[in-house]
Amino acid sequence: MTISGGKILVECLKREGVEVIFGYPGGVVIPLFDVLYEEKDIKLIHVRHEQGAAHAADGYARASGKVGVCLATSGPGATNLITGIATAYMDSIPMVAITGQVATSMIGSDAFQEVDITGITRPITKHNFLVKDVNDLARIVREAFYIASTGRPGPVLIDVPKDVLTSKTEFVWPEKVELRSYKPFFKVNQGQIKKAIELLEKAERPVIYYGGGVIAGNAGGLLTEFARKHSIPVTSTLLGLGAYPVDHTDPLYLGMLGMHGTVYANYAIYHSDLILAIGARFDDRVTGKIDEFAPNAKIIHIDIDPSSISKNVVVDVPIVGDVKDALQELLKHSFTVRTDAWLKQIAEWKKSNPLTYQQSSQVIKPQFVIESLSRLTKHKAIISTEVGQHQMWVAQYYQFQSPRTLLSSGGLGTMGFGFPAGIGAQIARPDKTTIVVAGDGSFQMNVQEMATAQFYDIPVKVIILNNTYLGMVRQWQELFYDKRYSAVKLAKISSDGKEYYYPDFVKLAEAYGWWASRVVTPQDVEQALKDLLAQKGPALLDVIIEQEENVFPMVPAGANLTQMIGGLA
Amino acid sequence: MQYTLSVLVENHFGVLARIAGLFSARGFNIVSLSVAETEDPSISVMTIVVDGDNRIVDQVKKQLNKLIEVIKVRDLTEEEYVERELALIKVGVNATKRREIIEIADVFKGKVVDISHTTITIEVTGSEEKVDAIIDLLKSHGILEMARTGKIALIRG
Repeated sequence: MTISGGKILVECLKREGVEVIFGYPGGVVIPLFDVLYEEKDIKLIHVRHEQGAAHAADGYARASGKVGVCLATSGPGATNLITGIATAYMDSIPMVAITGQVATSMIGSDAFQEVDITGITRPITKHNFLVKDVNDLARIVREAFYIASTGRPGPVLIDVPKDVLTSKTEFVWPEKVELRSYKPFFKVNQGQIKKAIELLEKAERPVIYYGGGVIAGNAGGLLTEFARKHSIPVTSTLLGLGAYPVDHTDPLYLGMLGMHGTVYANYAIYHSDLILAIGARFDDRVTGKIDEFAPNAKIIHIDIDPSSISKNVVVDVPIVGDVKDALQELLKHSFTVRTDAWLKQIAEWKKSNPLTYQQSSQVIKPQFVIESLSRLTKHKAIISTEVGQHQMWVAQYYQFQSPRTLLSSGGLGTMGFGFPAGIGAQIARPDKTTIVVAGDGSFQMNVQEMATAQFYDIPVKVIILNNTYLGMVRQWQELFYDKRYSAVKLAKISSDGKEYYYPDFVKLAEAYGWWASRVVTPQDVEQALKDLLAQKGPALLDVIIEQEENVFPMVPAGANLTQMIGGLA
Repeated sequence: MQYTLSVLVENHFGVLARIAGLFSARGFNIVSLSVAETEDPSISVMTIVVDGDNRIVDQVKKQLNKLIEVIKVRDLTEEEYVERELALIKVGVNATKRREIIEIADVFKGKVVDISHTTITIEVTGSEEKVDAIIDLLKSHGILEMARTGKIALIRG
């Protein structure tokens, strides 16, 4: 029996275990949406903009560990996915993006809604495919999911011309994926493990620096076990948060490092004599001035991607492989790391330079909102952030206890990511309270997805830390551009000099059928958060915060990690 | 320093674009690149000469390996290998000069592949240095046009 390409594609998705697709229809993909119309096993979430589909699929993947799937039509539908695909690529998130394409006979003719999407997405996908023959479709879908989810994960795009969706062939499910040119599995080298242990035994000031790879590799538990077994202090990247339970009273826990890291994490890294980097890539926001990063440290680097090793800093002992395997190997050996004196030094740094802010009884401090939120959710909610100051306050003040609870665009820094990603995460984890923490700027970048949440009764919660500014840019302008606040003010200032909030987020949310409320005084924050969390459906809380609060500490771009401003004792 | 890489890739459409895109996106410098099918028609070989220091070339190799359709990357610089380039060089001549150009071609084991009243075209193959040398000699006689392949290379033995 022969079936259409559209049916083959959907059958393949089911066999890959896909339960949800985030999509937006259009001309050439109507045949595919027609198949999905009567499909019971796959839930189709119709978003309101393709960018929302890509971020929602990304959030779904981050929260669940499964491959997220998004779907768009050719031309503008496909190009609207791009920011979402690039976001997933930078943060190594497994995703399959399916785009429609004009019929094979029309390709290259500048047809209506034609764009060379495989050409455009080549540098932002792990791999991509243009399906030219329906007989290749099943194999390509299988390969796409395999590539997206193995090795260092990443987005894979499949471009499917309209005639491939409509032409019929025999469906053959390839049981095995055979790619002679793609071998993502590396056995951890025992010799390298031995070398690493030798360095650890010799070290006097070791630090573990871990990143998103520990989350992707489901190795949070092993990381915690290893650090505690040997009493080695740990510091996290933004994307690593949650891999080791956040507790600033834990003598081993240093919090986040880098540009907005804690003073003690940055001091510890700078003064360390050995860095054990696990699933992290020495991003410039982490290292500060690269030539002065940890000047006296030897570096052991565990990573599944050989190209991450010695890319930005020279590594002494590379260990290529799955972080889980590497940590298991390290845990098998018995050895001693002497860190007593080092931990004493770290405790002093922690005591003299704690992560803190100036509380106020007049105006709401954003850090206080996040602290309260952390406490009220028992530190267990999934928090999805946009990008900017609020993102850093979440990273600093929410006490993430487990992996896959912080969703944030780390590498690309995509404003507009957090809200749709939160929708995707809530669908992946209906059992978890999912909260989007947004700025008043970022939230407007994909605000249309309020319709999606309302339409599908997705009970996502949104907290807007509203300072009437693009706060992070304003902070840079304050510190480095003589307070010349170019294009950052978001509130409207009327002729009499009064400013009023616009849009009115409460009214806006209500227009979409959401529950919404606003809080303006610190005394009301707790109750307002409780009211928000008590809502059964989608709900928004507009929190009017201190307008010119800054994120501190801060390592200015190009400075070394000890050259911090703000937050110093 | 220049490094010669021999890269085996799947013979799919778009592979060359992926490789070229990788070099431009990461700011690596290609000195020359040649592509052709191997004895197995499903595999192509690209000989890429890259300019850079040790660390850059190390990244080039890793990034190439990361591409799904790259089967194998070999750095020939570390091994014994033979390399060849081919050049076609058209020189403007008159009857008196023609003899001289042919003699130069003979010294370099070049071949005369075309001749006219006013031009002579030489084919020469060899190492980069050898091709450079004959070009240098012919320059003073007035090269009208020239086409030169990238380097191709094979490991010895």
